[in-house]
Amino acid sequence: MSKHSNDLKESQAAWNQRREQIEKKSPPRDERFTTLSDMDVPLLCTPDDLDKINFDYVRDLGFPGEFPYTRGVQHNMYRGKLWTMRQFAGFASPAETNKRFKMLLERGQTGLSTAFDMPTLMGYDCDSPKALGEVGKCGVSLSSLEDMEELFAGIPLGEVTTSMTINGPAIVILAMYYAMAEKQGVPKDKVRGTLQNDILKEYIAQKEWLFPIAPAVKLVIDTIEYGTLHYPNWNTVSISGYHIREAGATAVQELAFTLADGMAYVEESIKRGIPVDDFAPRLSFFFDVHNDFFEEIAKFRAARRIWSTMMKDRYGAKNPKSWMLRTHAQTAGVSLTAQQPMNNVVRVAIQALAGVLGGVNSLHTNSMDETLALPTDEAVLVALRTQQVIAEESGVANFADPLGGSYLVESLTHRVEQEALGYIKKIDDMGGMIAAVENGYPQAEIANSAYHFQQQLERKEKVMVGVNKYQINEKKRNIDTLYIDRTIEKRQAEKLRTLKQKRDAARVKACLEKVGNDAKSGVNLMPAIIEAVKAYATLQELCDLLRGIYGEYREAGSF
Amino acid sequence: MNSLNRNQTRVLIAKPGLDGHDRGAKVIARALRDAGFEVIYTGLHQTPEMIIQAALQEDVHVVGLSILSGAHNALVPEVISGIRSAGLNDVLFLVGGIIPEEDFEGLKQAGAALVFTPGTSLEEIITSIDRLAPRR
Repeated sequence: MSKHSNDLKESQAAWNQRREQIEKKSPPRDERFTTLSDMDVPLLCTPDDLDKINFDYVRDLGFPGEFPYTRGVQHNMYRGKLWTMRQFAGFASPAETNKRFKMLLERGQTGLSTAFDMPTLMGYDCDSPKALGEVGKCGVSLSSLEDMEELFAGIPLGEVTTSMTINGPAIVILAMYYAMAEKQGVPKDKVRGTLQNDILKEYIAQKEWLFPIAPAVKLVIDTIEYGTLHYPNWNTVSISGYHIREAGATAVQELAFTLADGMAYVEESIKRGIPVDDFAPRLSFFFDVHNDFFEEIAKFRAARRIWSTMMKDRYGAKNPKSWMLRTHAQTAGVSLTAQQPMNNVVRVAIQALAGVLGGVNSLHTNSMDETLALPTDEAVLVALRTQQVIAEESGVANFADPLGGSYLVESLTHRVEQEALGYIKKIDDMGGMIAAVENGYPQAEIANSAYHFQQQLERKEKVMVGVNKYQINEKKRNIDTLYIDRTIEKRQAEKLRTLKQKRDAARVKACLEKVGNDAKSGVNLMPAIIEAVKAYATLQELCDLLRGIYGEYREAGSF
Repeated sequence: MNSLNRNQTRVLIAKPGLDGHDRGAKVIARALRDAGFEVIYTGLHQTPEMIIQAALQEDVHVVGLSILSGAHNALVPEVISGIRSAGLNDVLFLVGGIIPEEDFEGLKQAGAALVFTPGTSLEEIITSIDRLAPRR
């Protein structure tokens, strides 16, 4: 490239002059052209931009399936296997969600993904006073192994992969899943799926926490250790940027904070004495795919390059599987509008396409009605079909990293990477991500970005179609929504009451005592919790016990 | 009606229930503070009782309840009736979040003056408070 650079520089300078002449007569539409995250971007990139970053094909890109994985983690990418189409679902009772799961599998979905309601996420049973009005609303209500059994009834766990979005009480829910798989007779190495289990991002963004940070991270490492020893195909943590982004982070902040969270789990696991190559292949990621097409594609490519380099150079991982950043992605919930909701179908399609061009391994496409309520069956179907159209009609799945080599995409990937590394350096200087989160650093950065974006919307510097531009007067929104009726609360509570009557109370008591003792002594809690859930100890019984020992996390209400 | 003195108008922004989505609540708290109101933010995971106590202690003029979990029908009436029965009769109640249109009427009957859904501008919220907040 450099052999052309003199010619190129001259001709580019001349072109620039001509362009400026033209722009004197008809100026550009705007003073600034920026990404969604407010990064200034150039009109045009040329080989000169690649020279500026000392672009080296072999070093910076390599080949698909190989270090540094910029071009994707599989050698033949989507020709071998399409990304997993995994629609997040969960509402009302386990039986109702079970029906939705079966519908999704019948329609060609290839993996399950479970949404739990707020009480479950916070470690409360459905009959807790704190659960008032929340049971089954934002996800499925789950208080005991019995609920877990209902949730997956008739679904062969050895054949599907299951993702569970649970964090604070993740160790208890995972214990229930393992116990249920054992009951179904599924061999441990056939149990496949992902536990979100990323507690750091809860303090940063999603805010569904139970315990103070140190014991909460200890529980995450317990599940990593146990999974590594006994469930070799279970993804122990899904290190999640999604919630960080949705809370208002920029693309770079999402990337940096997520990778920093991942690094914290790696470091804590190594401290526990687990060899890096034993656990790192089972770490997976979960990112947002937002509106800004090229910024998102650059983010995914940069993510893989940074992670592989960190794992190899900083943590000394030798197994290529430890280097790979495998990721699920979900289209951006915050980008959806309640106004003219049909427009959301288009947003989701563009975001999903960016995810696929960014090389994701698994994808959830949001439904058009999700700013109004949980999605209806029909809206979910359109969302799933969007992925199938991209996969099987658009032709993009024929290629590995089709945008690789684009002057723009390579310079943007480099820039996103460098800015993320800048944040990671800052976090290192603070003593690592756990210390940074304790100090509220990522929380404050995200809040600032969220406020900045809202101000840009108010000034119409950023556009949301139908919200701050192209509004129409919508008398009644012409869209059906799913309604969760409140009898669910009573039905679930009644079921739990019956369960408590019929279970072996003495066995529950003994199991809880064992969990308490193990929590105090600091050994891995997983075995004791598995025994307790098998005895039908409830989610809240276990979480209350641990809250009593570890304490509860409280956040200062700053804004 | 006389114009509102923003710096003597106390606004409580509250997050009832177990919902952790606080992006909107924090953005609005900050915007109201920047607009000159006195703003108190409860932080997350508040029971109705905790919010009622905060409203009474701070003798607030406005309570903004942010709920994205779908629990609004249970939580909003409890907070409003608690504050009113404790004697703060003129408080302006605003609700924001993911609220289906079918529920607007019920929330208004419970005492919420306005329900704001995603896409509402900060400007609209600020002018609503200017217009409707009690003058004490």
